[in-house]
Amino acid sequence: MGEVIVVTSGKGGVGKTTTTANLGAGLALMGRRVALVDADIGLRNLDVVLGLENRIVYDITDVTGGHCRLRQALIKDKRFEGLFLLPAAQTKDKTAVSPEQMKALCAELKEEFDFVIIDCPAGIEQGFKNAIAGAEKAIVVTTPEVAAVRDADRVIGLLEAAELRDPKLIINRIRPRMVRAGDMMSIEDIVDILAVDLLGVIPEDEMVVISTNRGEPIVQDEHSRSGQAYRNIARRILGEQVPLMNLDEGGFLARLWRRMIRG
Amino acid sequence: MLDFINRVLGRESGGSKEIAKERLRLVLVHDRASVSPQLLQALKTDLIQVISKYMDIDEKAMEVTLDSNERQVALVASIPVKSMKRATRTPAVSI
Repeated sequence: MGEVIVVTSGKGGVGKTTTTANLGAGLALMGRRVALVDADIGLRNLDVVLGLENRIVYDITDVTGGHCRLRQALIKDKRFEGLFLLPAAQTKDKTAVSPEQMKALCAELKEEFDFVIIDCPAGIEQGFKNAIAGAEKAIVVTTPEVAAVRDADRVIGLLEAAELRDPKLIINRIRPRMVRAGDMMSIEDIVDILAVDLLGVIPEDEMVVISTNRGEPIVQDEHSRSGQAYRNIARRILGEQVPLMNLDEGGFLARLWRRMIRG
Repeated sequence: MLDFINRVLGRESGGSKEIAKERLRLVLVHDRASVSPQLLQALKTDLIQVISKYMDIDEKAMEVTLDSNERQVALVASIPVKSMKRATRTPAVSI
């Protein structure tokens, strides 16, 4: 029996979809069977981030509407053994799926997968309510900005009201140099304010843009810092105690060296 | 220039993060208390009515907000007084 985790944030553009894709791929790399569910109906994105956009035949509303079986709609990612995607519908709206249907869908998926990870749409309306309906655990993604942390606080309140206790926090796109200069809120600042457990921190990394351009999750890039951060988070989800990575990116030479070995 | 030297030497610059933290803190006090701007506005109107009986206040510069420390949420009102009213109505004092 698997675990159903929803990835949410409130604010858009903080990296929910990238996080969902990389945690899914990361857990699959570690030998787990993972189903990723794109719950952002009408604004389908997870397929593109994963590079699976050309393989979609059926989507989530075809499953809930009984037009196909769940197995037919799941796209197998050939690069990651055990990773599957259930894509969102692009032409329907958020009301095309009901919370009850989501619950039934998640129950069916977790029979077969170790992890079911749901990519929640931005906002706190119907799409959000649908996305969290079948979840047992929640991950909240934020960035070190006032607006993103504020929305994360609101979402944490709504998750707890929906009996999704103890959501775990991921701080994305942190810039260690700006934190050191006192121009960006630090990990401690954000954890203090939100008063939730920290699951991981992902440094700002241009390589994410490049890998997303290619449709290849960064988590498989051995040399990138964000890839390392996602691998660490995947290991923590599996119950390992992994210390936070050293965010100090080093001097000019260290950065140059990393750039060279990346090829 | 000083800013540039500070940056080269890795010293703390202006520290806009403190501004961010303070703004965030105040926004969250309001969010978490679920106090609507309408409620605060209504409270402000009532406050003006009551206080105007005793003092001449600057209504435009008046601020009513929530703040918090570790444990409590406080209502903070900053009400500039233009002048005290001459006691036109001496409060009834019972002896």
